[in-house]
Amino acid sequence: MSVMNATAPLLELRGVSKRFGAVQALDDVDFGVRAGEVIGLVGDNGAGKSTLVKVMSGIYSPDQGEYRFDGEPRTVHGPNDATRLGVATVYQDLALCDNLDVVENLFIGSEVTTGPLHVLDETAMEQRSRELLKTLSTTIPSVRSEVGTMSGGQRQQVAIARSLLGEPKVVLLDEPTAALGVPQTRQVLQLVRNLRDRGLAVVLISHNLENVFEVCDRIFVMRLGRRAGDFGVDEATHEQIIAAITGLGLSAKAGSNGGENA
Amino acid sequence: MSTVTQPAPAGPTPADVIPHSRAEFVRRFGQGEFGSLRVIIILAVIWAIFQAAESRFLTSVNLVNLTLQIAAVGTISVGVVLVLLLGEIDLSVGIVSGLCAAVMAVLNVKHGWPGPLAVLAGVVVGTAIGTFQGTVFTRFGIPSFVVTLAGLLGWAGVLLWVLGSTGTVNISDSFIVNLAGTFFDDVTGWGIGLVAVAAFAATTLNGRRRRVAAGLEAPPAAAIGLRIAVVAVAMAATIAIVNADRGLPLALVILVGFVLLFQWITTRTRFGRYIYAVGGNIEAARRAGIPVDKVRIAVFALSSTMAACGGVLAASRLLAVNQSSGGSDLLLLAIAGPVIAGTSLFGGRGTVWSALLGSLVIGSISNGMDLLALPSEDKFMVTGAVLLLAVIIDAITGSKRRQAGRV
Repeated sequence: MSVMNATAPLLELRGVSKRFGAVQALDDVDFGVRAGEVIGLVGDNGAGKSTLVKVMSGIYSPDQGEYRFDGEPRTVHGPNDATRLGVATVYQDLALCDNLDVVENLFIGSEVTTGPLHVLDETAMEQRSRELLKTLSTTIPSVRSEVGTMSGGQRQQVAIARSLLGEPKVVLLDEPTAALGVPQTRQVLQLVRNLRDRGLAVVLISHNLENVFEVCDRIFVMRLGRRAGDFGVDEATHEQIIAAITGLGLSAKAGSNGGENA
Repeated sequence: MSTVTQPAPAGPTPADVIPHSRAEFVRRFGQGEFGSLRVIIILAVIWAIFQAAESRFLTSVNLVNLTLQIAAVGTISVGVVLVLLLGEIDLSVGIVSGLCAAVMAVLNVKHGWPGPLAVLAGVVVGTAIGTFQGTVFTRFGIPSFVVTLAGLLGWAGVLLWVLGSTGTVNISDSFIVNLAGTFFDDVTGWGIGLVAVAAFAATTLNGRRRRVAAGLEAPPAAAIGLRIAVVAVAMAATIAIVNADRGLPLALVILVGFVLLFQWITTRTRFGRYIYAVGGNIEAARRAGIPVDKVRIAVFALSSTMAACGGVLAASRLLAVNQSSGGSDLLLLAIAGPVIAGTSLFGGRGTVWSALLGSLVIGSISNGMDLLALPSEDKFMVTGAVLLLAVIIDAITGSKRRQAGRV
């Protein structure tokens, strides 16, 4: 079922369980992502995708199971621990300041300062922003344009670029193409490919199977808090994925081709 | 991929990005960019109207009076701008200015504290009040509107208590009186102007040099030269005008000094960037690790501190503190000024310059109508109309910006 590469996973969860009151959000889940690989994380609402990502990003501590990074078990108590390991998360609601420009948004909370008075080093920040956006081949017109004036796709690119400033090894993307039009979705998916080509491990949550098939190397399906399947993208069909998502036979839900945008 | 087509400004507003065509200029002007330019035009119109109606308006005597009249309210507005940038409001600035001035006056007159120490005490009381209000606001999650409204009432009571039974304290301490009563001689005035222009030219040129050295887009040298020339001419005109009368007032230097200091803080320091970030999107700021509550408490502390400084200047000019100090329309004018000059009530947009420009607009209206011997009722109505007009313009330009995708 799963594509086994020679390389070991960079970020790996083993036997992870998480319970919220009566709800078993995660039930003995094994998950791993390698460097230079894009994994699509799919599943119905409430299947445990977000919980799994929040475990990876350190927001939730699992009740059971092991968090392994670079082949070694790690203790992660909070987002800062995950960030320190090199795991960056881009949330669905972007969290950008519309009134600030691209450079200011990229460096928000981690501004570069210079001199004894700790004056903001705009030149250094702008230079670094331009380099970063250039290597990512983004479609952002000017690093000094206000983020509020930009399209949804460009804003998403800014949000993703921001997560890369800390030079992470793993990037978790929560629904990066939700609410985007077709050309903007193209831009974001291209950026995801660029991340993979730079050797990053990428986890992509998406409801849009078209996108997942287009950009991912593997598809990890969750259902009711458990792993319902782990497919290489070349050997899976839409029908197989949907069957795994719904837990029904191959014949079920034939009408839904996965093209819907959540 | 980044195809930059415009020279990029260093500050957080795109206000001084140079438009390429007249059509672009008109369109962006309508969308509320070049905010400072807009208010300068409003100011020019007001001045033209009053000058047409009363030839004493644009005399150096009256213009020096105008700067003295706006020094206190402009100083208070500097703090108000910071609070507005957070998207909050501070309704206590008027009464806090009165209370802190009363503390200063009572310590100086009744307890014999030396002038500088009494002023410092008044300002520290302001800082303490602001820290308290900011802490209540953040700790209990009460809207700043309500916290500072309670302050407005409560501190008014404290003001009466501090002043005691007489209700009025006259000030004769030379240090305090000289804050609003000092005028520099002609040579010193020219010296201050020269230093200011030289400093502006040096920082502007240095900024451009750094950008060029870093291989970034920089505005053309001609544009920089023009900007420096405009500032130099404006400065020379100001000094010439004030020197024709009593000279450059210390109160104006204090006001402009505060404006420059806080303009620098808001655009060149981490703390300033945090203020804009919190005002723009508090959730994003929080997730980026910005200590949101500390920033908010600090801003409220600064707001009350600046209110105290304004109160000291007002007392220095009036030579007394009484029961109506900090009352009446002071609060409303201190908030209306920055809003007229383009600082948004909704947070994240505006500059400290709006404190100076806004108080100039309001002060000019008040001063001009006094010259025309119009009664208070007309003054209030006209000021109210101008404020309403400014807010309507702000709303229209805001919606135009949204339509154009330039939110």
